Amino acid sequence: MDKLRLVYEQTGRARWISHLDAMRTLQRGLNRADVPIKYSEGFNPHALISILMPLSVGTESLYQMADIRVREEVDLAGLPERLTLAMPEGFRFRDVYENGAKPTEMKWLRVRGVWEYDERNPEEMTELCRELFSRPVQVMRKTKRGEGLFTVTEHIRDLRFVPGEKAVTVEALLSCNEPMVNPDLLTAAVAQNAPEASPDGGHFCRLATFKADDTAFR
Amino acid sequence: MDKKLERILPRGQKPARYTGGEYGEIRKDLSGVELRMALCFPDVYEIGMSNTGMRILYRVINDMPGVWCERVFAPWFDMAEEMRKNALPLYALESGDPLSEFDAVGFSLGYEMAYTTVLEMLSLAGIPMHSRDRETLTPLVFAGGSVCCNPEPMAEYFDLMVVGEGEDVDREVLELLRSAKREGWTKKEFLSRAAKIGGIYVPSLYKPEYAPDGTLAGMTALDGAPETVTKRIMTDFENSCFPVDAMVPNTEIVHDRVGLELFRGCIRGCRFCQAGHIYRPVRNRSVEKLLQQGKEALSFSGYQEITLLSLSSSDYRGLNELCDGLMEYCEPRGIGLSLPSLRADNFSMDIMQRVQKVRKSGLTFAPEAGTQRLRDVINKNVTEEDLLRSCATAFRGGWNSVKLYFMLGLPTETDEDVLGIAELADRVVHCWRENAVNKARGLRVTVSTSCFVPKPHTPFQWEPQVSREEYLRRVTLLRENMKAKAVTYNWHDPETSFTEAVLSRGDRRIGALLEEIWRRGGYLESWSEGFALSRWTDSADKLGLDLTFYANRTRPLTELLPWDHINMGVKKRHFIREYEQAHRGCLSPDCRAACSACGANAFLPGGKCDG
Ligand code: SF4
Repeated sequence: MDKLRLVYEQTGRARWISHLDAMRTLQRGLNRADVPIKYSEGFNPHALISILMPLSVGTESLYQMADIRVREEVDLAGLPERLTLAMPEGFRFRDVYENGAKPTEMKWLRVRGVWEYDERNPEEMTELCRELFSRPVQVMRKTKRGEGLFTVTEHIRDLRFVPGEKAVTVEALLSCNEPMVNPDLLTAAVAQNAPEASPDGGHFCRLATFKADDTAFR
Repeated sequence: MDKKLERILPRGQKPARYTGGEYGEIRKDLSGVELRMALCFPDVYEIGMSNTGMRILYRVINDMPGVWCERVFAPWFDMAEEMRKNALPLYALESGDPLSEFDAVGFSLGYEMAYTTVLEMLSLAGIPMHSRDRETLTPLVFAGGSVCCNPEPMAEYFDLMVVGEGEDVDREVLELLRSAKREGWTKKEFLSRAAKIGGIYVPSLYKPEYAPDGTLAGMTALDGAPETVTKRIMTDFENSCFPVDAMVPNTEIVHDRVGLELFRGCIRGCRFCQAGHIYRPVRNRSVEKLLQQGKEALSFSGYQEITLLSLSSSDYRGLNELCDGLMEYCEPRGIGLSLPSLRADNFSMDIMQRVQKVRKSGLTFAPEAGTQRLRDVINKNVTEEDLLRSCATAFRGGWNSVKLYFMLGLPTETDEDVLGIAELADRVVHCWRENAVNKARGLRVTVSTSCFVPKPHTPFQWEPQVSREEYLRRVTLLRENMKAKAVTYNWHDPETSFTEAVLSRGDRRIGALLEEIWRRGGYLESWSEGFALSRWTDSADKLGLDLTFYANRTRPLTELLPWDHINMGVKKRHFIREYEQAHRGCLSPDCRAACSACGANAFLPGGKCDG
């Protein structure tokens, strides 16, 4: 036993924890649960933990994955429950297993978001959103290489808008690998292309991940 | 979570400091809660969460049945602005409820530069700032912490102040407040009863009078309040609270590790040091207890680092045994042990080498003054030989960086003393040449100076601070004489030291100054982003206050001082004797070598210090 994959939820107040802080928080949780994490060699040893798809601050996830390296055999029975108890509010472990699929095989991410409208009519907003996304939509986005226009609709499937109370629910399958489409780009797309439908608030939640052939990625 | 907050959060830096929800956070069911306390720290989350006092009080108060204590920190500028714009009042992290709904709002005050932050936090909470403008019993706004040893500058704002260690006093105040709430006392009734609790200072029950020359002429206790307020301490420190289950933050803080409190007080009598005097007498915790607490805290928190806390860890009698015991636990788990505030002596270097086999943190020494003469004046019992011998040991052990801390502007300092700092740095460089095992890696010596701030309840409480111009002249002199390439010289700007000198020995008239500075935007003033000297000078001009009267004036030994009615344990007689010793250039023995009868032993049963 060398590599373990942890599957967990990060919701509620924990959605405000940044990627780096989530790594630290995971490491401490693993220490508390007596999981023997392996450390890197060298002058400043660090715990060998990697989060498969870092979560952006403010987004929730029901399906976060992290890979860790361990020094010795770990009893997996009851480990998710023990880890949940060892973590702060908002983290719930769903599964721990060996032989997780290669991160490069991940292709689609199912998300659900809530867009809040304090004064505007959600039915009308839903119509505006549907209308906007019925044709190709471009959005200005910042990458490491600078700013550029990106045709977001080419990398989204199964996009749905459902009106609710003072809000619209958004569901979609987003490409999460080559290219990685952050769900916040949907919100940005509305703000840039249909500002009258730009929501007053809201956030997204990750639900599940799939391979290119639409089978579950785990 | 409040909708407004959810929408503001993505706009500011580091949202995790505004959400709560950490591992170890205490939440209570409101149906069983009779009294709600907001424990406030007038600085940002990363600083406040690192504070040992906060961790202790959070546990102590939450251990009271029917009382829920929550945390409040100062929002960073971006967040404070958003909160105002969106009419979101300052709230407590656990429940998210606004501060104005709490029964008790208690501030932990560890440094003077936080005063205007207190005012802004009250304003963000929509609570009237002045005690006199809060007519109802609750929220009761009070403070504790080391700066309350001179409570006067903030006297107008707090309903009461806790003098000394808060563990017992806070509980007693809250119990009294609980009775007051149940029985419907007025605020006035409550305060006059609170003033009878040992260690409680109720500023509104003391009336200062001033002489024509601006000095204090008298301080009258009203309504049966005690003439002097004597601090309270934890006499049984061995068994006093250490929260092994302290909260672990979700975001990085300044001291992100377990901190073990070895002892309180200090046996050394450095004459400039306020902590060394106001925390007297020394009270130790046993090695067994510390080992147990250290292991439990590490296992609860999951931290990978532990550090020892005290004013001078080398003076802990069981240091060897403690370090060995901790290493036995830490080494196999890859946990680092760090040892700050060590003295430059053989014993300490020996321990340091054993503990830091793998991760070598930098070496830090604080000789404070450049010549032996001046070190004798300040009673800093470290010789140049000690320092160089320690450096030699360290260089032979592979260390290659040393930080040296000094103060400029100490009483009796001459240019020769200033130049002595450069000479000492040169000798450290020379020592490295003679002892380094690996010269290829080079040496870094960092010399830092700050401007001496005379503090109340020290033998230097009568001393003037040198002017900013004079400090900068000495800095230039030193900089021009710091020749070695391996030496870097950093100096702390004298502006905050000057304002600190005004505040630390200020009287009640400083309260209006603080309000004016706050009105002009003074907030989080210990951060350069929040500080501007012009705000201070402009405010002082407007109010007709002379800041140099507080900072730069030599006070006669006979002058009535604004903190004379606060008894921190050491007798004024002792300070006068030490002041005279200093001006004669004479050392005084430490408490272990010989008791100087400072008076602090009266706080301990049996009258024996350092047990
Ligand atoms: S009473 Fe004596 S031993 Fe105790 S703190 Fe004072 S000087 Fe030190």
